[in-house]
Amino acid sequence: MSDHEYIPKSKAAKWFNDRLPLLTLGAHLTDYPTPKNLNYWWTFGGILTFCLITQIVTGIVLAMHYVAHADLAFGSVEHIMRNVNYGWLIRYIHSNGASMFFLAVYIHIFRSLFYGSYKSPREIIWILGLMIYLLMMAAAFLGYVLPWGQMSFWGATVITNLFSAIPLVGESITTWLWGAYSVDNPTLNRFFSLHYLFPFLILGLVVLHIWALHIPGNNNPVGIDIKKPSKDTVPFHPYITIKDAFALLVFMIIFAGFVFFTPNVLGHSDNYIPANPLVTPAHIVPEWYLLPFYAILRSVPDKLGGVILMFSAIFILFVLPWLDTSKVRSAVFRPIYRQFFWILVVDVLMLGYVGAMPAEGVYLVLARVGTIYYFLHFIVVLPVVGLLEKTDPIPMSISEPVMTGGAEPSLARKLNEKV
Amino acid sequence: MKKFNLSISKTIILLFLSIKPLYSAEMTDPIKVDWSFKGLTGTFDRASLQRGFQVYKEVCSSCHSMQYLSYRNLGESGGPEFTEAEVKAIAASFEVTDGPDSQGEMFTRPGRPSDMFVSPHPNKEAAAAANGGAYPPDMSVLVKARKGGANYIYSVLVGYEDPPPGVTLDQGVYYNKYMIGNKIKMPNNLEDGLIEYADGTVSTVDQMAKDVTTFLAWAAEPELEERHRTGVKVIIYLILLTTLVYLSMKKIWSRVDTEV
Repeated sequence: MSDHEYIPKSKAAKWFNDRLPLLTLGAHLTDYPTPKNLNYWWTFGGILTFCLITQIVTGIVLAMHYVAHADLAFGSVEHIMRNVNYGWLIRYIHSNGASMFFLAVYIHIFRSLFYGSYKSPREIIWILGLMIYLLMMAAAFLGYVLPWGQMSFWGATVITNLFSAIPLVGESITTWLWGAYSVDNPTLNRFFSLHYLFPFLILGLVVLHIWALHIPGNNNPVGIDIKKPSKDTVPFHPYITIKDAFALLVFMIIFAGFVFFTPNVLGHSDNYIPANPLVTPAHIVPEWYLLPFYAILRSVPDKLGGVILMFSAIFILFVLPWLDTSKVRSAVFRPIYRQFFWILVVDVLMLGYVGAMPAEGVYLVLARVGTIYYFLHFIVVLPVVGLLEKTDPIPMSISEPVMTGGAEPSLARKLNEKV
Repeated sequence: MKKFNLSISKTIILLFLSIKPLYSAEMTDPIKVDWSFKGLTGTFDRASLQRGFQVYKEVCSSCHSMQYLSYRNLGESGGPEFTEAEVKAIAASFEVTDGPDSQGEMFTRPGRPSDMFVSPHPNKEAAAAANGGAYPPDMSVLVKARKGGANYIYSVLVGYEDPPPGVTLDQGVYYNKYMIGNKIKMPNNLEDGLIEYADGTVSTVDQMAKDVTTFLAWAAEPELEERHRTGVKVIIYLILLTTLVYLSMKKIWSRVDTEV
């Protein structure tokens, strides 16, 4: 938080600002003291904001031409691709944009895991982020249903059927979700309605996420508390804005590469076959960004067990700040945790891979090993490593990166507060 | 730390490159064709598109619909680019059901460029009934709807063979080595010299298969040429802008002692 109070220059501005302090907010956002040592993994917050806005803008245009009806949806998408001016571009940005959004969010989440950004005093930022991630998955799933291709239809059937695993009321809940006795036109209609709603809920949560961030300020690669503003910080504008802009442009080049040169490589060819309730595709697979959870779901022979485990895999992240017992945030100073971090990355990638494969033979074994390890990481590894690990010496400040002799993290923090 | 990260990421990449999908149903990998529309600047071969349309019109269209295309598309840039007169003539050669008129009656009239491609059957059920119970799929987006895309479609068209000994086929089922399960309900409709190309090209099976596949690839992605052209421009623009922003960033950050 900046120390100095913002005072508008003109009388009119002061009059307005006294009634609605938008100018104060603007000044706060511009001056916001940011650690100067943030690396490029910290640019994904800005990239994600860009992704959300891109999805909302392209989505609004698509909704102007799309028809949410089981008989017309597929054709209306083709209409967008063929007859709407630049419809192909808008749709390919939207469909690839979902993948780019998830790519960025996974990097953002793993950055948080590596540098301990979820730890005190940033637990609420972390939890809000997870809520955004949950809504993103829901929005992406709902959106994938809208073109009403084979994968849309059968994906919707598989996912909605998960709710039927709930004892006693499962079947009724599923019917209620469908609005029919199978995935049908009412399902498509409500999915469209919800798909339009969720991005705005995400937007609201993003505002809270950033608000919560601006209370303690950014974590940083060293993971220590710093005095703000100080010689360890730079004002958000122009330093971070220009850096975020650079990173965003690099990201956009990759994004454009997908949109213009391989727009369908991340999708499934079966989704260009119109939905047919009588023909089940050989392999029903979700989009790539949901595959690790799909692997966890299928690793359990029991349907209810699989559903519980899949949801647990997400909800365990909500208590992560209290599972990690280490006082040191950044993995840079945690030699043991650092290795477990990379094992978790490999584990999640492996789960994603086997999620795309049929649930049989070696894939099923890998899925089970991967699932068990995923939970072990959070329930056993994090608490135990945090207690036993001997961390590396921590610097007193960002400007003074090398610290002679091992400092207690609490000591470093105390000294930093005095600076 | 850096070294460790690098070796881990290398391991991950190698791991993923080395695992090949171990499962696949009985089928041969499609033939790889060096299509003109491949690559970052790929474009369609105009003459091949026009010949491909002829194959579609004279062979495929008796069973397969292409309901998302209009006759006007045949004259649009990036496609077969028939002249306006040719497009009008092509459209007029089809009978289109229109109406109702002021008396409430449906009537037929010659097609116009704005009409959608006329389907050979009134509905899916009729199409299936006329083809031994197998619905000939609509071909508008067929290339995008099959794994392997154009290579796969081409391979199936040239992949008919006598069944190997021991394989028995039901009535109306044919052996094709590129189909999943090697069984296909579409008979082999192509034979050398089947059609007389307007441009005098010899109509071998291979030529017709390539031409019609090119036509179907365009039908599935009529925006392909514009997409490639725009993409090259967009990426060049983004690279220039990125460079400028990078230099600005360096300049701004030179005021503090931190590297960016």
